[in-house]
Amino acid sequence: MAEIQNYTMNFGPQHPAAHGVLRLVLEMNGEVIQSADPHIGLLHRGTEKLVESKPYNQSIGYMDRLDYVSMVCNEHGYVLAIEKLLNLTPPKRALYIRVLFDEITRILNHLMWLGTHGLDVGAMTMFLYCFREREDLMDCYEAVSGTRMHATYYRPGGVYRDLPDTMPKYESANNKKKKDLERLNYNREGSLLDFIESFTERFPSCVDEYETLLTDNRIWKQRTVNIAVISPERALNLGYTGPMLRGSGVEWDLRKKQPYAVYNELDFDIPIGLNGDCYDRYLVRVEEMRQSNHIIKQCVEWLRDNPGPVMTDDSKIAPPDRMGMKDDMESLIHHFKLFTEGYCVPEGEVYAAVEAPKGEFGIYLVSDGANKPYRVKIRAPGFAHLASMSEMVVGHMLADVVAVMGTQDIVFGEIDR
Amino acid sequence: MRITHEEMSARIDSCFKAKMLRVDSQCNELTYELDQENLIEISEQLHNHADFCFTQLIDLCGIDYLTYGKDEWITQSATDSGFSRGVSRKPVILDDADTFDDRRFAVIYHLLSVEHNIRLRLRVYTGLNNPPILPSVDSIWNSANWFEREAFDLFGILFEGHPDLRRILTDYGFIGHPFRKDFPLSGNVEVRYDADQEKVVYQPVSIEPRTLVPRVIRDDNRYSDDLKDSTDG
Repeated sequence: MAEIQNYTMNFGPQHPAAHGVLRLVLEMNGEVIQSADPHIGLLHRGTEKLVESKPYNQSIGYMDRLDYVSMVCNEHGYVLAIEKLLNLTPPKRALYIRVLFDEITRILNHLMWLGTHGLDVGAMTMFLYCFREREDLMDCYEAVSGTRMHATYYRPGGVYRDLPDTMPKYESANNKKKKDLERLNYNREGSLLDFIESFTERFPSCVDEYETLLTDNRIWKQRTVNIAVISPERALNLGYTGPMLRGSGVEWDLRKKQPYAVYNELDFDIPIGLNGDCYDRYLVRVEEMRQSNHIIKQCVEWLRDNPGPVMTDDSKIAPPDRMGMKDDMESLIHHFKLFTEGYCVPEGEVYAAVEAPKGEFGIYLVSDGANKPYRVKIRAPGFAHLASMSEMVVGHMLADVVAVMGTQDIVFGEIDR
Repeated sequence: MRITHEEMSARIDSCFKAKMLRVDSQCNELTYELDQENLIEISEQLHNHADFCFTQLIDLCGIDYLTYGKDEWITQSATDSGFSRGVSRKPVILDDADTFDDRRFAVIYHLLSVEHNIRLRLRVYTGLNNPPILPSVDSIWNSANWFEREAFDLFGILFEGHPDLRRILTDYGFIGHPFRKDFPLSGNVEVRYDADQEKVVYQPVSIEPRTLVPRVIRDDNRYSDDLKDSTDG
């Protein structure tokens, strides 16, 4: 009989389950993994170096393209760092809008995660269901910023503009019947807030629907229970944050523990897991969607009752309004200076972190007093998670690699930067 | 249990005394500088001691202070020569000397104590060594593994005792350390498909470096400390 030896297997970089461009070099003993060596950097764009070469505001768009399924959360981390250095507090309405969109983004991200994680381990239907709800949230992005994904909506000092009073509607076309059109537009008659509210009323039943498909599903449990168990001590030592850390039973959420924006005024709970396996992390994320929905409801209510400015009145930071520029010399000068040179940020260094859907997204910003950052370090949650890939998959079967990648919620935009 | 910055600062001072030097921070953050000889000893204490409990290394990154505080805005000659961007772009010549300025490279550690709900930033300068080298903290915080590989890849900082110090973000066979300030933004080589050889080949970059917005540093009196005191009333 032939002697069976360990062999090396190459996984990716082009593989549908690799969630982007990940090359994994696996050492296998039969079907069992002995070690895994992730090769990353195939999507490295040098974002940090590019940011150093541009005025502060021109880099907000780069942040969207880091973790490209939780766009505005990245922007939030970046503008928060600048605001801390400038010692600037945006108007309260802007903070509520930021929280509203952070939570919309959290649901967007978790739906993407749930759909692809399900698809990876064989639940095709999840993917379709999740993308159905994502579509509505993408429309919210579009209504407020004009783009469905890369919003560039947050600015140091507030947000770009207030929420729109009307929601874009589906237009009539030859292939659409009148009845279909009414069905598509039924919740688009009012403002964006009305649209979001109708979503929040519908969404909990959607989550129930996902849970009936997965939570007690025998196959789903076989694929996730007791897979990649991480103890709380290991999770801390490996630098886990977000649902990965909470799945291991550590109660840590920046929204509660180090609140930013207006999270201290809102009511929500932090779900935690018990066993630290893939199934617990699934439960944590699903519950987070329900909590986010709850937060969105509170934000919608507050935003309805409290109109007001959404941008700071500091004209050295915020651009002047278009009409003011027509007959006000000072506004014209501010406009010219802001768009040719930008603003200078006082010398110093700051670390600002937000609870992005994947974990702690941090920006370490060093300014030497110039109109461009001296150094920006982006602390991406997925980077620390993927670093522990080998530890998570050792001793598991080849098929579990895909489950682990799903549970880590990997996006290469932020890992490779 | 959340403890205040003052309390943590007092604990650090009483435990490490002169080994850790508090640096002023504008944004109410704790920043300390320390010597690389003490790095491992202090890190172990910060990680293990019940007073500190910094169980998480949230982030580790390199930084190159080569052009810190330098702008590229020359208005005098730009005015003489008509319209231009007024940018002085003297290429930074690669320094072949044996030693670096001792404050050129630093490694920044961001620690988090989940127990005490407090953050701490450490800065360690690499000193005169070329290549810069620091002891690795991978054995204390395992999350340092990839962060140190990244700092090595992008800044060329070596970490003594690291189990597997390879490049991580750049291409296989990449030359140079791209986040150093003397590395051009456009890089040194570009790739294209060569139809004759029927493969992708490397060649020197063909694009010229261009500055759209010059880097300027302006004194803003609103942030000056003397003025702040006088206008408070």
